Order: sequence, then structure tokens, then C-alpha cells
Amino acid sequence: MTEPLIAIDGLNKIYQSAAGQVTALANVNLTIQPSEFVSLIGPSGCGKSTLMRLIGDLTQPSSGAIRIKGKTPEQARRDRDYGIVFQAPVLYDWRTVERNVELPLEVMGVTRTERTRRASEMLGLVGLNDFVKAYPWQLSGGMQQRVSIARALVFSPSILLMDEPFGALDEITRERMQQELLTIWARTNATVIFVTHSIPEAVFLSDRVVVMSPRPGRIEAIVSVNLPRPRDITTREMPRFFELATEVRERLRH
Amino acid sequence: MSDDLALPPNTVATGGPNRLRAYRRWLPSLAIIATLAAIWELSKIVFAIPDTKLPHLISIFTEFGERTQGGNGPLWIELMVKNAGATFTVAVLGFVIGGVLGCLLALVFARSELLARGCLPYVVGSQLVPLLAIAPMIVIGIGRAGAPDWLAKSLIAAYLTFFPVTVGMLRGLRSVPADALALMRSYAATPWQVFWKLRLPAALPFLFTALKIASTASVIGAIVGELPSGSPIGIGPVIVNAAQYYSSRPQNLWAAVFVSCLVGLFFYALVSLTERLIVRRRVS
Repeated sequence: MTEPLIAIDGLNKIYQSAAGQVTALANVNLTIQPSEFVSLIGPSGCGKSTLMRLIGDLTQPSSGAIRIKGKTPEQARRDRDYGIVFQAPVLYDWRTVERNVELPLEVMGVTRTERTRRASEMLGLVGLNDFVKAYPWQLSGGMQQRVSIARALVFSPSILLMDEPFGALDEITRERMQQELLTIWARTNATVIFVTHSIPEAVFLSDRVVVMSPRPGRIEAIVSVNLPRPRDITTREMPRFFELATEVRERLRH
Repeated sequence: MSDDLALPPNTVATGGPNRLRAYRRWLPSLAIIATLAAIWELSKIVFAIPDTKLPHLISIFTEFGERTQGGNGPLWIELMVKNAGATFTVAVLGFVIGGVLGCLLALVFARSELLARGCLPYVVGSQLVPLLAIAPMIVIGIGRAGAPDWLAKSLIAAYLTFFPVTVGMLRGLRSVPADALALMRSYAATPWQVFWKLRLPAALPFLFTALKIASTASVIGAIVGELPSGSPIGIGPVIVNAAQYYSSRPQNLWAAVFVSCLVGLFFYALVSLTERLIVRRRVS
């Protein structure tokens, strides 16, 4: 076993709300290997998004520790280790597709020629070469989310955090996007942490599925998905796929 | 992959439908003007309103061709253009002063929730004071303090401008979704970068809505500001003058009202045009 990329140890997150204290996460322990694809699945309120946000230094733990390549999440964020994709594409209306993808590079002070080169390379990877000069509102939901993925990966972050990225898409677009995500992921070395509500989505994409339960949010089980890669439409029809989906479903019922 | 394209990026409209669209765009407002004119003239006939109470529309417009000062002075239209120009200058100055002040206040309030909560009630309160009462206080007061005439006059326009700009800009600066800020955080962007690349462009549509309201208000403000200043030129003095002779020559006042509306419309159009050049947004 290699040195873990992400090591989470005894993590707790408690929110203060009007109704009193809410334990979003209780004693979470998890290690994630480099280039691993890990899904976090569970019902609403199980803390899966909170866990993702804690890893990405978007919120702070109440106690416990997270180490990213031995660094704190804040240090990792300052080193630009994270690419993030949310459920909403969060594109800038006033920028073209190309300029949206260039945004992180702009912030990081990359030269103009280099920005254009990397953006066009990423847009090629997500199949949007013909739409570089279009505005986000001219694109369909699926295409907008592709732009969002291209933007997250354009600066080659080592960790890709995805919070229900396909949650707002229809089932057909969704399955196609899952396939494309695997293709893109295979070309990068990124470690993916993927938050989802969907059992087939988690099984299809992941190396491991982390099953979580609410009140308090905790890890219920971890299911290893030993389906061969590369995965495609035939993967979804394998008996093993159904067995794994059933296993995740049963773990969720606890 | 183009099958899920919602809208082709290059939809080029041809001349024919475009011209039709132009008609469709202007027709409703022209129809409304025609209807209003018809109501005006009809009510004169139906209710037998004499010319001294409500002049014929045509006499208001022919008034522009009359010579002033007993038939020896310049044409009324020349006089009005000169006065409208003076008022417009005052309005623009006030608009700029008020706009800058409004943006600065919004920036301060966006940074500090405490200051926003503390100060916003007074910002709102400032607009509840009767304008007619405070105009002399401000214009004469600041004039006595040694401020130049143009500044004293434009302060009322600024007074009316800063309020919508403060409210609109603040709303715009706060309109940024939390996830957009989280992304900036993940890029380790500096607060300065977050402002220039995210908050400011996101606020622009809100700012321009406010500026459009402010542009028309600033013309009214300029007219009110001219009154206590004692200056002889501007639409304000013209209105006061025409009001005194309303019973004998009502068309003068109506013509002045018409001109001040045109100044407001012109200013509004100018701001709208600037908006179209700057704000790249979905055309709804």
C-alpha cells in the first residue's frame, strides 16, 4: 500500500443552530489513496457534503485532523491542490466559455498565451471545442457542467472534489456524463471525491463507495467496487454491478 | 455532442424580421402617445375645458416657434435648448457625485454588516425628508460656505442619486452565490481578485438598474436644486416663470414640462446605451 493521499482521523463537526447543537459528523476515519475514485453516498443530512467541504478547507472541523500529503487542508488549498465542481455549474454569465475556464489560471497569474493553450486543451477534453466563444447561458445544463469540470481541472489539481455534479441533469445526460468523467479521469492523475445520492452512479464510477448515515453523520460501511476498468455501458449490465448496487443499498438501510 | 445544444451561439437575424422587430418595439409606445393625445383633445371637447385651463396640444408645440420678450427675443425653442442644456449639466454632475458616493457607501456596507445595519435606516430616512424643504438649506447653506454655484445646484441631484445607487449596488455586491465564492477560495484568490473578477462584474446589472432610476431622478433633483440657487438659467427658473403666467399663457408651462421630460428621457437612454455596451448578459 502506498502512502495515503488523504488521511482523516477522528473527525467531528458540530454546528450551532437555533435548535441547539447538530452533530454533522461524528468520529470519521478514512484514508484515500492517490488517483483513487471515492464516492460518498447517503441520505440528506448524513454529512457527505460537509465531509467533502472539510477536506477542501471550505469549512473547519470541530475536532480531529485531516492531512493532505502530510499538509493541512488550508496549506493544500493555498497550494491549489483542489479542483471543485458543485451541483450548479456556477459559471460567470459575463464571460465566454473559454474565459470561464481560464479564470483559475488568471487568478494564479498564468500568462495569456499559456491560459489560452490550457483552456483549449481542457475544452477539447470535455468535447466543447466548438463552443469556446459561446456564453454559458447559450449552453444546455450538461454542457455547462462540462465547462465547470474543465475549469476545475485546468490547473491540474491533484484532488477533484465533486458535490452531486450531475444531480440536476436528466438520467440520459447523466449516464453520458458519468462515462465522460471516467474518460477524463483516466487521462489525469487526479484523486476524485464524489458526493452523490445515486447508488448506480456511485457503483459505476468508484473504486470505493463510502456509505454514510445521518444523526449523527458517520461512516456506516465502505464497499470496494472490484469492477474492471475501463468501464462502459456493458459494465452496467454485469451481474457483479447489480450485486454491488444491492450491497450499497443494504448498507444504506442500516 | 451538439445535439444537446440549447441555443446556437451564432444566430444571425436577417434584415426582414429585424425591421419587423423594430416596428414591434416602437409601435406600442407610439400607440400610447397617440391614445393619450386623443384623450387630451377629446376631454377638452367633452368637458368643454377652456384653453386657459388646458391648452390644445398643437398650441403647446407651436409655442416653441414663438419669439420671447414680447416678440423681440430669441425663439422659445432656442431658450429652452439653452436652459435644458444647463439643467442637464447640473443633473449629470449630481448624478456623478451621487453615483460615486452611492457606490462608496455600498462598498463600505458590503464589507461591514454592522455599519450597514447601523447606517441604512438613515440612508432611507434621508429620502423621506421633503425635498422642497431641504433644497434651500443645502443649496444656500453650501453656497454661503463658499462652494461654487454649479456644485451647490447639483447637490440636490446627487442627493436623489446616491440612494438608489447605494441600495442597488449593495444588493449586487451581495448577489454573489456562496459556491462562486467557495470556488474563488479554492483558487486561493486574494480579496482584491475576488472583488474585481467576481463581486464587481456580478454587481453591474444591479448597479445599472439603479443608475437608470437615478438618471431620471437626477433631472428632477437638478430642477429643484436650481430654484433656491437664484440662478436665472435652467429649466427650474423657466418653470417658476411660466407658472406665474399660467393663467394667461398655460402653454408655456406645458412646454417646459415637455422639455424637462425629454431631458430625463435622453439621460435614461444614455445610461441604457452604456449598460448595453458594458454588461454582457443574457438577453431575456
